[in-house]
Amino acid sequence: MSGNALGFTPNEMMTIAASRALKNDDVCFVGIGAPSAACNVARLTHAPDITLIYESGTIGTAPQVLPLSIGDGELSETAVTTVAVPEMFRYWLQGGRISIGFLGAAQLDKFGNINTTVIGDYFHPKTRLPGGGGAPEIATSSKEIYITMAQSKRGMVEKIDFFTSFGHGEGGDHRKRLGIDTAGPTLLITDLAIWKPDPVTKEFTVVSLHPGVTRQQVQDTCGWVVKFAEALDETPAPSELELNTLRDLQARTKAAHEGTGKAKAA
Amino acid sequence: MVKFLPLKKAVAENLNNGDSVAFEGFTHLIPTAAAHEAIRQGFRDLTLIRMTPDLIYDQMIGMGMAKKIIFSYVGNPGVGLLRRARDSIENGFPRSIEIEEHSHAGMANAYEAGAAGLPCAVFRGYRGAGLADVNPNIKSVTCPFTGEVLAAVPSIRPDVTFIHAQKADRKGNVLVEGIIGIQKEAVLAARRAVVTVEEVVDNFDDLHPNLTVLPRWTITAISVVPGGSHPSYAHGYYARDNAAYLEWDEIAADRGKFQAWMQANVIGKSAGDFAARVEHLRKAA
Repeated sequence: MSGNALGFTPNEMMTIAASRALKNDDVCFVGIGAPSAACNVARLTHAPDITLIYESGTIGTAPQVLPLSIGDGELSETAVTTVAVPEMFRYWLQGGRISIGFLGAAQLDKFGNINTTVIGDYFHPKTRLPGGGGAPEIATSSKEIYITMAQSKRGMVEKIDFFTSFGHGEGGDHRKRLGIDTAGPTLLITDLAIWKPDPVTKEFTVVSLHPGVTRQQVQDTCGWVVKFAEALDETPAPSELELNTLRDLQARTKAAHEGTGKAKAA
Repeated sequence: MVKFLPLKKAVAENLNNGDSVAFEGFTHLIPTAAAHEAIRQGFRDLTLIRMTPDLIYDQMIGMGMAKKIIFSYVGNPGVGLLRRARDSIENGFPRSIEIEEHSHAGMANAYEAGAAGLPCAVFRGYRGAGLADVNPNIKSVTCPFTGEVLAAVPSIRPDVTFIHAQKADRKGNVLVEGIIGIQKEAVLAARRAVVTVEEVVDNFDDLHPNLTVLPRWTITAISVVPGGSHPSYAHGYYARDNAAYLEWDEIAADRGKFQAWMQANVIGKSAGDFAARVEHLRKAA
């Protein structure tokens, strides 16, 4: 891909585009991996007061390095407060305090339904994945859901094998019909594009292509027939500040996580 | 009344074949030493309960000790999959296990209901989620006041819960701090509770009044095992051994490699070996 010629990689573009979607007054329930990087880049650039919450109970955390797990010590040490896990899910998530739930996905369909549970049949799985963790209720109790993942035909599929967390179901008003009154997935940021659900059908539609990306590339890495908005934007390239912030964060993270290994060998 | 016991004795007195048992710890303060002692004593047919079964349940499942697991995230946190658990679920090796899968909200509510002495937990959850179709223990109730349909799951009441904590005082009261996870609820929900601690101090007189302290009469036995949470961490004592979690992915990927590692690092070792494992992870005070 043309990433190197542009001075940034598709993954960097994905993380930075995702970070831009977050606002300074958001209260964000952070999934591990790509969402965690995006949320912390937002905090270190345009959203210094954003509240980041990890499901281990850390509220208002500001880690210097990206945590390897949702429960790293760094999260508690830098948090405004750390609460017990039942309190996290009952008062803070179920209580309606979360504005954005930020999730990654192993398998995603065009309506923002996510599978991180099994590949194949649930009772006789081809691959048993870790499962949902907090995601089933994050998906329905957060006011909105953002999703970020790198595109692939294996990951973005016509039909997911298991509904770990509910997006827009079959589309349309399916959430309402199940008594879910939150907005659900409103944004999908991949390594190639920004997607938003159609207001009526709720099918994810490409609204912006990242610099240098073609429609064909988006279609070639997606398992369903992609719909494009009539007025298609180009995602602004990462600024120097955004790129430096992300790379510094990743370098600090790498050094910190390798540190324990080195000391062990010594 | 709480007894201070060597870990070997505390495990032997409180765990039995066929028990339902929770070794809890939400990434932090995972009771690895207690789990390893249970492995050495070779218990069978356990129902293993835990929100985040990580390395220790991968090890217990790989050693054929579990007949059932109740869980909400069966992964290696931040790394990926649990390969011994997968081998058991996908291939029935070394034995097939029954699984009862929940969401974190479901498990957390169920432990809390157990601690509260309730038969079930009620919460807003599982809407549109596939788990409700595959787990018969996920049901619903209708709120008698508003008519809202809510999820219901049975409370969790383990025969015995094992946790690791920072410290006990000489009377046997226990302090847990940092990411406190589900440990308090898991102890109060259980018939018996065994706690391993980093150290014993004279008293808790200088502690802030709102800290999470489990009174001594809620605990059956305490064992002092410095480093007993490795490769997890103990806030204020030592850091998480992230490299060990990455290494586990390779060890657990191969049945033979797994057995060799277990023989060398668990079967042939004792609780006393944990302190040395965290020496390089202790922070300068």
